[in-house]
Amino acid sequence: MATAPSSGAPAPRPPLWPALRIQLRVVDALLRREMLTRYGRHNIGFLWLFVEPMIFTIGVTILWTATKSVHGSDLPIAAFALTGYSSVLLWRNMPGRCIGALQNNLALMYHRNIQVFDIYIARLLLEFGGATISFAALTVLFISIEWMEPPEDFLKVALGWILITWFGSALAIGLGALSHMSELVDKLWHPASYLLFPLSGAAFIVAALPQFAQDIVLWIPTVHGIEFVREGFFGSRARATYDLGYLIPFNMVLTLIALIALRYVSRRVVPG
Amino acid sequence: MIRVRDLKKVYKTRFGENLVFEDVSFDLAMGERLGILGRNGAGKSTLVRLISGAERPTAGTIESDISISWPLAFSGAFQHQLTGADNVRFISRIYSQDFERNLAFVEEFAELGPYLREPVLTYSSGMRARLAFAISMIIEFDCFLIDEISAVGDARFHDRCNFELFEKRADRAMIIISHDAAYVRDHCNRWGVLHDSKLVQYDDFEVAYADFKELIGWKPPPGWPQIQVSTA
Repeated sequence: MATAPSSGAPAPRPPLWPALRIQLRVVDALLRREMLTRYGRHNIGFLWLFVEPMIFTIGVTILWTATKSVHGSDLPIAAFALTGYSSVLLWRNMPGRCIGALQNNLALMYHRNIQVFDIYIARLLLEFGGATISFAALTVLFISIEWMEPPEDFLKVALGWILITWFGSALAIGLGALSHMSELVDKLWHPASYLLFPLSGAAFIVAALPQFAQDIVLWIPTVHGIEFVREGFFGSRARATYDLGYLIPFNMVLTLIALIALRYVSRRVVPG
Repeated sequence: MIRVRDLKKVYKTRFGENLVFEDVSFDLAMGERLGILGRNGAGKSTLVRLISGAERPTAGTIESDISISWPLAFSGAFQHQLTGADNVRFISRIYSQDFERNLAFVEEFAELGPYLREPVLTYSSGMRARLAFAISMIIEFDCFLIDEISAVGDARFHDRCNFELFEKRADRAMIIISHDAAYVRDHCNRWGVLHDSKLVQYDDFEVAYADFKELIGWKPPPGWPQIQVSTA
């Protein structure tokens, strides 16, 4: 191992702390590169990161308000759309960004400091940042124009948000890795995400559904996350139905599968 | 020192397993420059990818206590929507290097002028090669992997590359792949021929080149001048 400060790649297996520092540096570099590539330096630049999801959410809010969308509760439609659609953006965009991400960045594998995992982490951080800033900014905006009340239990909202992020991240890494093995993943994800949207809990509350429908949708993990976030926002008015004893183990198993797929792909990746 | 032992690489294809090479073993010390000859598809670039650590061997080991570069002048790692300067910044971050110093070097070496701050996708292939080479030189590796560098750029660029590599960095280890036999002859002190999934090694270029020509079935056409190697 050369010790000169200007020397290049490190030994294959450095100790934990230096390895972690390298990884943080790499993720930071990938994140900045991704932001510059996606948003450039034109017009509002990286502000698009959260302006784009904000436009989406506002659009859906207006649409649902205008059509007086039936969601089966007495929650204000604006607040209902904000909590629902923001969550969708979170868990749906993460896989969207990670599927094919490795294929587009194969050349980066020539830099031995960069690992497949880093590419996914950088993109996930970016998606998480964009969706979270959008959610927070619109919440503040809606509160200030009195479309909704401040959240009753902020910590609950944050925990629910983190659980949905966890689900989205594990799904994204798993599908991202699998997409490198089969292009079917990319083909099937688009219809799957489209069909999951109305079932994900964004457009209804569980308590308003008939019993047989409740039994079905409660198999879908995002439903539990969104209901939990809504309870944090609206307290008992949300009439939330969720089971963290289902969502958390689901996330853990999904994470395990994702990491196995990631390891399988990382060991076989051929740089382009 | 790099120690390669019993290296084997197999790719799975739709028509079964394709053995690229096996039983490849050699040591490479600082100051040694190994030139590898082989026809198209012999596995030269695959060998370089394995040694760079970008890809794992099917079997065998590569041990190294020195730092190894990515394949030199390799331009695929650029993000083409980004400017040359942004790419320098990215590499500087990845390798924890001083960006300002690196940018000054690339500016001086690559001679891109104002294009250094334009997206790489607007560059000509010569400009890309100059940028790629300059970026390769900003990290001081102990061992450089050089995959067909003589194929791009003009004479002035070649001279500058040769000066940077073989004069300023004469003390480093190198593995050089090229179809330009004269280039391999002039810049290496050890040679290998990769053919039929085996690497045969030589201390004498003329012996290596004679074997190589026989392996690929090269025969001098009628009237071919009676010199051993052209100095292209």
